[in-house]
Amino acid sequence: MRAVSNLAQFVAADTAPKIMLLLALLVSIFGIGVVVVGRRNRATTSAQTSKNDGQPVSYLTSEPLRANDLSVRDRLTKVRATFAGAISIALTSSSITQQTWDDLEEALLRADVGVASTARVLAPLRELVKTKKITQPSDLMSALQNEMTAQLSQNSRELNFDSSLGAPNIWLVVGVNGAGKTTTIGKLSAQQRALGRSVLLAAGDTFRAAAGEQLETWASRSGAEIVRGAEGGDPSSVIFDGVARAASRKIDLVLADTAGRLQNNTNLMEELAKVRRVADKGNGKVTEVLLVIDATTGQNGLTQAKQFSLATQVTGVVLTKLDGSAKGGIVFAIETELQIPIKLVGLGETIADLVAFDAQEFVSALFN
Amino acid sequence: MFETLSDRLGGVLKGLRNRGRLTQQDVTEVLAEVRTALLEADVNVTVVRDVIERIRSQAVGATSSTALNPGQQIIKIVNDELVSMLGGETLKIMYASQPPTVVLMAGLQGSGKTTSAAKLASWFKSQGRQPMLVGADLQRPAAVEQLRVLGAQLNIPVFSAPGDPVKTAQLGLAEAKSLGRDVLIVDTAGRLAIDQEMMQQVKDISKAVKPNYTFLVVDAMTGQDAVAVAKAFDATLSIDGVVLTKLDGDARGGAALSVKHVLGKPIAFAATGEKLDAFEQFHPDRMASRILGMGDMLTLIEQAEKVFEKEKAEEAAAKMLEGEFTLADFLDQLQQLKKMGSLQGIMGMMPGMPKEMKNAEIPEDQVRRTEAIIFSMTAQERANPELINGSRRVRISKGSGTTVADVNRLVKQFSEMKKMMKQMGGKSSRGGKSGKSAKGLNGSAMPDELAAALSSRLGPR
Repeated sequence: MRAVSNLAQFVAADTAPKIMLLLALLVSIFGIGVVVVGRRNRATTSAQTSKNDGQPVSYLTSEPLRANDLSVRDRLTKVRATFAGAISIALTSSSITQQTWDDLEEALLRADVGVASTARVLAPLRELVKTKKITQPSDLMSALQNEMTAQLSQNSRELNFDSSLGAPNIWLVVGVNGAGKTTTIGKLSAQQRALGRSVLLAAGDTFRAAAGEQLETWASRSGAEIVRGAEGGDPSSVIFDGVARAASRKIDLVLADTAGRLQNNTNLMEELAKVRRVADKGNGKVTEVLLVIDATTGQNGLTQAKQFSLATQVTGVVLTKLDGSAKGGIVFAIETELQIPIKLVGLGETIADLVAFDAQEFVSALFN
Repeated sequence: MFETLSDRLGGVLKGLRNRGRLTQQDVTEVLAEVRTALLEADVNVTVVRDVIERIRSQAVGATSSTALNPGQQIIKIVNDELVSMLGGETLKIMYASQPPTVVLMAGLQGSGKTTSAAKLASWFKSQGRQPMLVGADLQRPAAVEQLRVLGAQLNIPVFSAPGDPVKTAQLGLAEAKSLGRDVLIVDTAGRLAIDQEMMQQVKDISKAVKPNYTFLVVDAMTGQDAVAVAKAFDATLSIDGVVLTKLDGDARGGAALSVKHVLGKPIAFAATGEKLDAFEQFHPDRMASRILGMGDMLTLIEQAEKVFEKEKAEEAAAKMLEGEFTLADFLDQLQQLKKMGSLQGIMGMMPGMPKEMKNAEIPEDQVRRTEAIIFSMTAQERANPELINGSRRVRISKGSGTTVADVNRLVKQFSEMKKMMKQMGGKSSRGGKSGKSAKGLNGSAMPDELAAALSSRLGPR
């Protein structure tokens, strides 16, 4: 094995194109790995078995409907009353101690903000405490929230809709299995219809059994058209057909569904990249690529955002299922590390439960 | 994207490799790294605290023992602890004396209940049982339709009725009895653990069908919330076991440890792919390596086992070690390797690779050119590159659309590589094929990790 590492160092040391050696290294490690495992397995077998309707040419903001009368924070506070953690206890003490820092850190980690992002938001505060600019735990809490809100407030959260296009806008919805893509499309469709836009749903999830039927239900609920392909068919062509149909009928917006896929599945990610390319080729333009992230997602969310962005140039995040006990802190890491703005938040099963993301409310809910 | 535990420990332990003893201070630093690794794997904060306490005393005490260096020891201690926490009693299905044996599936929205229900039915079928599925998810549009399609693919009957899910489940049970099916799997709607109304509903379903087994379906990507969810479902339904889904992703899956630790109930099954047969019984040892970020190599090897033709791979490896590897073998192996995904990705996943290597670009066009050159050679030339003289070089370069210099470079590099492989073959046959050959290696941490990963997968010999 020493030779492998020598070889690795040798290849790495020289930047000249040693492609052959590089490949050889890969091939050899693999070949040997497979054989070693194979042999040992055998040895141990017994062990285990648009229409431009005269409006001024501009990017319109499509503000989603507000959920009922309650603010996001109110709703979240209500459902989470029983989950209030130990954090308030530490904050009632009279001075800032190691315990205070530990509690803050733990609160952030429990909200899935992640180790690196937690360290990053606490660092400037440690400085402020060191220089005695902050001395009270309660001030520290509000400073932390301000810091996090400020870090989140750099990006525009408007959904891009170009009414000057003279062709359908296309919003592509992507994400891993079970994140809530189809449901998000259903709600978006209803909201966009309520804004007076005509909508066509393109059923690009040709893989999951009955995904088309699910979308069809949403189409009829929201008064949108739908274009479906054969189960197991090529998703690019379904979406291309959807755009063509929308263009010929002067429909404003195409909401394109895609099959859920895990971001480490190279082939499926390539398929998705193709969907993105092909969607732009017809008589329409992709103005928004929304990545749907489930609020229960842990640190893997960051990898999801990276890989889906590489494949499809994600323009915004939709955080779903935030009405549960999960706080969705991973999107803080996604937005601050990758500069992908969080645009929408899903708070329940009804159409009105998809609302605009509000940084301040989100941050304060992290600590409830 | 996150560092593996051994990468992390490598930094901390670098200074003391040769000292071979961990001081109290070292242990504190090491445990801090272990903590970070576990948190990045989504192990719940509270559970992480428990793990750290469990290994602290061992870490201090273990310094003077055996042949392993401190880094290897720590990895082994952590790994063993995780295996024991994840393992314990396994779930053995005891079939009801009065059929059908009823299995209830519950979980959050999108965790994979419907697909898992179908996969579980297929598993029961493979055990010689006659399962039936009941679609009691009347919430999500087309959920029942999805179950019907999956049932049809598996040739397993699916029952559902519109209206009330509790009633539907009851009717399903009666139907199973009248059809003489001996296993009944009830799929329920996804629900949030804090939605009292919906939790009451699933409780009512449970009361109505009196399941022999209630499985909580948990997504491997779940973060800190896994604990709250598991507790809530257990309090409502009294969970018998967990089905862990989406393990074919690259999430570390710390949620598995959290849920197991909190519930004390076994993780019964693991769903590892989109196909309906990608469903197997859970392996605690693999999960432990995975949580520590050392599972990638195993996953790769597993993938490799699927795509590589075993005999060919063995033959090629043997040849390689004897220095008799030819360009034909190389081309063949390269093409099999490419089936596993992008070479860049594979490189990134290799544990313990020097950083420079991990970040090294593998230009796909150069890979293609390399292939093209070999494709343009005759069989004899591939077997014996010494044959390649001036005119052959010109022909090959023309045939592959490259230059003579490219062909020269390839031939030269190939012979260098062969030399190194031969050298390696000599080493490894003397050092033995087990992890022991890793000892005393300086520089790369790969063998440490390979050894740890392999031994944890294979268990004691």
